[in-house]
Amino acid sequence: MNQIRALIVDDSSVMRKIVERSLRQAGLEISAVLEAGNGAEALAVLAENHVDLILCDINMPVMDGLELVKRLATVENARGVPVVMITTEGSESHVVRALSAGARGYIRKPFTAEQVKEHVIPLLGVHA
Amino acid sequence: MNTATAAFGRSIHSHGNWNIVLEIAAREVFELMLNSQLTTPAAPLAQDHNITAMVGFAGELCGVLILGCSLESSNLMASRMLGVHPGEIARENCDAFGEICNMIAGNFKNKISGLGNGCMLSVPAIISGGHYHVHPLSRAEAVEVTLLFEGAPVSISLRVHN
Repeated sequence: MNQIRALIVDDSSVMRKIVERSLRQAGLEISAVLEAGNGAEALAVLAENHVDLILCDINMPVMDGLELVKRLATVENARGVPVVMITTEGSESHVVRALSAGARGYIRKPFTAEQVKEHVIPLLGVHA
Repeated sequence: MNTATAAFGRSIHSHGNWNIVLEIAAREVFELMLNSQLTTPAAPLAQDHNITAMVGFAGELCGVLILGCSLESSNLMASRMLGVHPGEIARENCDAFGEICNMIAGNFKNKISGLGNGCMLSVPAIISGGHYHVHPLSRAEAVEVTLLFEGAPVSISLRVHN
């Protein structure tokens, strides 16, 4: 996989930009970054777009990240797409709930670009 | 897991060293997300805050984390987070400041044993201006930390209601 299409879901536009920058710093070739401010917006984006990777916050208004991950199983464009949570929620119960729902990675805020790289690269099967 | 967690984690039932945990939580956020080292003031400082961020705790810990500084400092924080010149910061100022407060609250919560699973965070709220007073509920305890960001004071206050 050479060109990555990523969906970043976070209610903070600043955090979406930081996550995007971290992906680029990881050495990934990004062809498109789609953004959503909550889970419901993410589902709307995925109804019309295919992506290779989803990075998702948990605490968001309207629909939180855990609910989004549960619903992704029924979304055609999200089938098999790895989801990595990036969140301030660091408790074991949140990690277990996220991974049980289908997330493939879990990064706690504050985070470094190196952490994003370590979680994302293996999931995409690319060599950055 | 951040390196300080194991060394400074404290029980929810013991507030004794929460000021230390709060300071470490803040320092880590600034180091990792802003590439900036907070420093300790040599003497008490006059604080002229005109922007404040608040994140609420609910559940096993009820309270609010309050982050305050000058507008100039918050603008500089946003520029450091985004890696752009302070002059390029506009609407992102409040968003960035709220996220910093949110990350300090989450990082603090994750360092307190037994708190992570039973405590939820609110989305951040921002207050512009400095002429206000916070009226805590009765029996509220306060944990206060003041640090310097690029030489300017940043106050972090945790008001605990239980």
